[in-house]
Amino acid sequence: MDLGPHAAFIWAAYATTALVLAGLAAWLVLDGRRQQRLVDELEARGVRRRSSRTPPSRPQ
Amino acid sequence: MLMPTLTQKLANPTRFMELSGRVLPWLTCTACILLAVGLYMSARAPLDYQQGHAAKIMFVHVPSAWLSMFGYALVAISSFGLLVFRHPLADVSAKAAAPIGAVFTFTCLLTGSLWGKPMWGAFWVWDPRLTSVLILFFLYLGLIALRSSIEEETLAAKLAAILALVGIVMLPIIKFSVEWNSLHQPASVMRLGAPTIHPSLLWPLLVMAGAMTLMFLALHLKAMRNEVLRRRVKALRSYEVEADATLAGQPAE
Repeated sequence: MDLGPHAAFIWAAYATTALVLAGLAAWLVLDGRRQQRLVDELEARGVRRRSSRTPPSRPQ
Repeated sequence: MLMPTLTQKLANPTRFMELSGRVLPWLTCTACILLAVGLYMSARAPLDYQQGHAAKIMFVHVPSAWLSMFGYALVAISSFGLLVFRHPLADVSAKAAAPIGAVFTFTCLLTGSLWGKPMWGAFWVWDPRLTSVLILFFLYLGLIALRSSIEEETLAAKLAAILALVGIVMLPIIKFSVEWNSLHQPASVMRLGAPTIHPSLLWPLLVMAGAMTLMFLALHLKAMRNEVLRRRVKALRSYEVEADATLAGQPAE
């Protein structure tokens, strides 16, 4: 594609935008995986949130 | 009994995670398809009669500029939601939006600079519009730095929310800065009256803006989900410490 005398500026603008946004998306995906893995590890050790714990049964 | 509103329904992080988990793949796919269409339309757009091919930079620069302000408005609205309504997800939203807004402000400055060199002969000028956007970028960095410098989450959230609400004064300054002896061109799409831009250039711009807005929303939703998980990890760790201390017969710190 011929972009004339300012082609380098146009390509640089699109490439840097793509690179920066792809970097942000990759960071978010990796961070999400890390956080999910930490939750899974803690839950595997038997740690539960208060809301998901079984309430103690009432004495009859 | 009154029906709960959407914001009330989303106040429960577990429900938010379920709903956002279903919405996110669709949002991401729609953003990618629209982005592909937008890039195709941008490539096929005719030459600008003054700027030639260099006007194609507009298709990434202008949406980045809009989203830099949209991101800040989102941070400010979420901060208002935290301070006034104490909505549980308001702080999650504000915290998640700040780095994304900063990235879009950075791309706006970068692409503007790459457009400025061939058109104005300089990568940077201390023009009211450029300078006010640079201040917005520093404001985002300030918000991120403020949060990470305070360990206590609740205090950090409140202080960041106050700073975000004070900083909203930058949005009208940026909007009207082009009328203060600026080198930057005045608004040609979001203005009173019809857009001054030709439809052959306006449509690719609107499609790219739509695609990048959906991309912003998808990134924001993902960042919010990560933040909910991060808080869950923190809560689980504190329960674990509490349980260990109880077993050891000591009060948890």
